[in-house]
Amino acid sequence: MNEPTPARGILLAHGAMAQGVVDAVRQITGVEEDALVPLSNRGLSPASLAEEVRARIGPGPTVVFTDLQSGSCGFAARTLAREFPDVVVISGVNLPVLLEFVMSRDLPIDALVPRLLAKGRAAIGCAPSELEAHDRVVSRG
Amino acid sequence: MIVLYRVDERLIHGQVVVGWGNQLHPDRIIVVDDDLAASPWEQDLYAIGLPPRLEAVFAGVTEARARLAGWRAEPLRIILLTRDVETMRRLAEDGALRGEEVNIGGIHHAPGRMAVLPYVYLSDAERLQMQRLAQDGAVITARDLPGARRVGIDQLLGDGSDTS
Repeated sequence: MNEPTPARGILLAHGAMAQGVVDAVRQITGVEEDALVPLSNRGLSPASLAEEVRARIGPGPTVVFTDLQSGSCGFAARTLAREFPDVVVISGVNLPVLLEFVMSRDLPIDALVPRLLAKGRAAIGCAPSELEAHDRVVSRG
Repeated sequence: MIVLYRVDERLIHGQVVVGWGNQLHPDRIIVVDDDLAASPWEQDLYAIGLPPRLEAVFAGVTEARARLAGWRAEPLRIILLTRDVETMRRLAEDGALRGEEVNIGGIHHAPGRMAVLPYVYLSDAERLQMQRLAQDGAVITARDLPGARRVGIDQLLGDGSDTS
């Protein structure tokens, strides 16, 4: 019985964020370069950005992580997710999500994605922790 | 009122919503684009993540020309976007944007385009469209963000050597 192909990650983000965060993931985990690849939207037209993402899609499932839900990165990723059934988009990415991804990417995609979402949401916190009680009532206008 | 006319091939994205939005406090973003006006799923993608106070409206060029006076008269603060110079020129035909400043905010590298600014690359056809837009009375300047230096049409259509 063949093992499922581990998911590939693409981090698509503004400016130098993708390269910087992927560097951090590699530094912490030592994961191979092919597991998670960075891509900046800097200087790319929407069509060029979509082409760059398309060129990085893996042979198996691919998770495209974006910094923002919307905008050029989010739009390119979500458009490709309509085109490729094996592409999933996770937006609002943070470092704990990516660490979890590279450590768990051999899971089936329907188990991996909920795990990543839970990890990312749980990783947001503050100190002093008492302030977290206010996060539902504070309006930023 | 329309507080910004902008050509940006990324349409609704961070520079518009955050960079210009924090400066201009828009209530509505109007995207003028024939293809997008006929594509509900793409409209949904562009509208994801917009702040609740900011609505997105999509219209084709013909509809936009018909509604332009009404949008200008509204008390709402509006940013109007097109993805290319050609669409803005069609909107501006017959002097519809006479005296209005049109912001060139993002036209990026693609085959056939030459660098003018780090965020503006133009093909010969786009230069021609820009000239026609100016002949129709629009005042063309380039700035990616409100704090950036305004670059006038003479430089945009010059020798293309400024990539600073």
